[in-house]
Amino acid sequence: MKRIALLGMPNTGKSTLFNRMTGGAARVGNWPGITVELLSGKILLGPDMVEIIDLPGIYDLHGYSDDEQVVRHFLHDNVPDLALVIVNTTQIERQMSLLLQLKQLDMNIVVILNMADEAKKFGISVDAAKMSALLEMPIFLLSAKYGSGYPEALQAVTKALRYPTPGMAEELRSQLEQDEHIETEMARVLKHTVQVPARLSDNLTDKLDSVILHPWLGLPIFFAVMYFLFQGIFIFGQPIQAGIAEAFTWLRETALVPLLSSLPQALQGLLLDGIYNGVGTVAAFVPIIVLFFLFMAIVEDSGYLSRAAFLMDALMARLGLDGRGFVMLLMGFGCNVPALMGTRVMRSRAMRLLTMLVIPLSLCSARLQVFIFFTAALFSPKAAPLVLFSLYMFSFATAIITALLFKNRFKNTEPFVLELPPYRFPTLRQMALRGWLEVRHFLRRATKFIVVGVVMVWLLTHLPLSAVPASADTLAGMIGGALHPFFAPLGINEQLTIALIFGFIAKEIVIGALAVIYSLSGDALGSAIGQQLDWVQAYSFMLFTLLYTPCLATVATLQSESKQLKFTLLSLGWSLGLAWLVSFAFYQGARMLGY
Amino acid sequence: MRYFKFTIIMSATTLAALHPGDIATIVSIHAEEALHLRLLALGFRSGKQIELIRKASFSGPLQVRVGTTDVMLRRVEAAKIEVLKS
Repeated sequence: MKRIALLGMPNTGKSTLFNRMTGGAARVGNWPGITVELLSGKILLGPDMVEIIDLPGIYDLHGYSDDEQVVRHFLHDNVPDLALVIVNTTQIERQMSLLLQLKQLDMNIVVILNMADEAKKFGISVDAAKMSALLEMPIFLLSAKYGSGYPEALQAVTKALRYPTPGMAEELRSQLEQDEHIETEMARVLKHTVQVPARLSDNLTDKLDSVILHPWLGLPIFFAVMYFLFQGIFIFGQPIQAGIAEAFTWLRETALVPLLSSLPQALQGLLLDGIYNGVGTVAAFVPIIVLFFLFMAIVEDSGYLSRAAFLMDALMARLGLDGRGFVMLLMGFGCNVPALMGTRVMRSRAMRLLTMLVIPLSLCSARLQVFIFFTAALFSPKAAPLVLFSLYMFSFATAIITALLFKNRFKNTEPFVLELPPYRFPTLRQMALRGWLEVRHFLRRATKFIVVGVVMVWLLTHLPLSAVPASADTLAGMIGGALHPFFAPLGINEQLTIALIFGFIAKEIVIGALAVIYSLSGDALGSAIGQQLDWVQAYSFMLFTLLYTPCLATVATLQSESKQLKFTLLSLGWSLGLAWLVSFAFYQGARMLGY
Repeated sequence: MRYFKFTIIMSATTLAALHPGDIATIVSIHAEEALHLRLLALGFRSGKQIELIRKASFSGPLQVRVGTTDVMLRRVEAAKIEVLKS
C-alpha cells in the first residue's frame, strides 16, 4: 500500500486536514524506528487504498525536540511515497524554510497552503501558480477547516502518487547542513510570489489580547473561564452520567438478572458484579470525556490555551511546568482521566510526564463524594466546609511539592517558546470529531484494564465462597488484616482498609463498599461510622483517600499515555507512599497534641 | 554632544530590556543550538524587526511579534537576543 506522510510546522491545521482526509477513521499505530505512536488512516484515492500518516508538527528538520527526532527517524526508516507538506499561509514568510529543507530530501512532495481563508482576511496574497513554477512542486491553496480548494488538492495528490518515489532519506542530516542556501532561496521565492501587508490587519486578536492578557484583569478572567468550563462539564455531564448508570441498572434488572438466574450464585455474581459492573464503570467516563474534549477543543483551537500558558507561566516555570500544565491540573479537579489525556498538547515528553505525575493528586469529583459523606457523618455543619476546603489545600500543596521534588528528574530540555496564534473558533465538526476520537481512544485503551481490575476486586471480596462478602474471612479481609500493622498507625481500621481496596477501582464505590461491609446504608451507615471513629481517624482516612491511587481508570490512562510501565509504577508508588506519610504525620501529630 | 546622543540611540540592548510598544531590530542571537534553531524557525533572524507587545506580571514571559507571528518567550531566553532599538 502506498503511504502519504503529512508534514508541517505546529499550528498549521495539519490535524484538521488529516481528519478531513480520513473522515475521523484513524487508528494509532507503531512504526519502525520510533517509540511514539502515530495516527494513521486508510482511504481510497483513485483506484488504490492509500495510508495517510499524521506526523507530529516540527519547526525544523534538524532540530533537537522530541517531535523533530520522531519525524527524522520516521522519514529515515519509512520513506513515504508522498510527503504532503502543510504550510500556514499567514506565516508563509517563515514556514517556507521547512518546505525547502524537505525539498532537499528529494521526496515526492505536494504542498498545501492551508488557512487560505485566514490569509485572505489578513490581506496576504499568494501567487500559487508562480510559486509552483519557481519551486517545481505542485502547490495548492486551501482551507482544511471549511474545505475550499480540497478537491483540487486531492486530485493532485492522486496524480503525484502515480510517480515512483524518487528520493531516499538516507544521509538525511548531511544533506541538511545548507541553511544559507535555504535563506536565499526563500527570499527569492517569497519576493516573487507573496505579498504581506506592512501591518497585519487582525485588530480583533489585538483587541481581545489587550483584555485577556491584561496585567490585572488577565488572571481573574482566566480563573473565571476555568470555573465556567469546569461547571459546564459537570452540569452537562452529571445528568448524562446518571442516565447511563440508570440504563445499565435497568438492563441488568430487566434482562441480565432473569437471563442468568439459572446459573450458580457465584457465577452470577462474577458476571454481574464483576464484569458487567466493570463495563458500567468504563461507560460512566464516556460523557465526561466527550464533554471535556468538546470544551478543550474550544479552549485549545481558539488559541486561549497558549494565552493561559502566558498568564500562568511566572508561577509554573518555578515548578518545572508550564501554564498549559496548570490548566490540565485544574481540569483534573473534575476528573483525572481526561486531564491526563489532555497533556498531549505538551510536546516535551519530560514536561508532560511531570504534569501527569502531578494530576492524580487533584481532588476529583469522585473523591469529593467520599469526603462529603464523611464530613457530614463526623463534623458539624459549620466545620464541614472548612474541612472540605482544607482537603483542597492539601491537594494543591501535595501537587506543588511533587512538582518541586521531581522537576529535576523530569527536566524539560526543550526551549519554551510558544506561538500565540490569532483567535479562531473551531467548527462544530472539529469539536465533535475531537470528542469522538478521544473517547474511542479511551475505550480501546482502558476497557480491558478496568474490567480485569473490577473482576479482581470482586474475586478478592467474594472468595472463599463460604465467607460473607467483604467480611474479614474473604481474601480482601485477610489482606486488610495483614495490612493492619501498616494502617493502624494512621488510625485506619480493618473495615476502612477493605473499603480502600475497593477504592482502588473507583472512589465512587467506596461508600457503597462501606455499606456492604457494615451491612448498613445511608444515614444509618453515617451514624455507625460516626460512632466508631473520632474526627482525627476520619480526617486521616480522608487524607489517605485523597492522595493514594485515584482509580483504575486513571492508572489505565497513565499507562496508555506514558507507555512506560516504570512511570506508571512510579506514579502508583509515589501516591501510595505520599498518602501513607501525610496520613501518618497528621494522625500521630494530632494524637500527640492531645486530640 | 552629537556623538553622545548617537551612542545612546544606537546602543544595543537585549530583547528582555525592551518596554511594551518598543520596536527594535534583531542584531544577533546568543542561544544554545536547540533554542537557536527554534527561534530561526519562528522567524527570528538578524536584521528582522521585532516588536515587544507586552510583559506578563510577576516577571512572567514576554509577548513579541516578528513578522506575522506572535510568540511568547521567557525573560531568560529573551536576554539572549541582542537587539537595536529604533
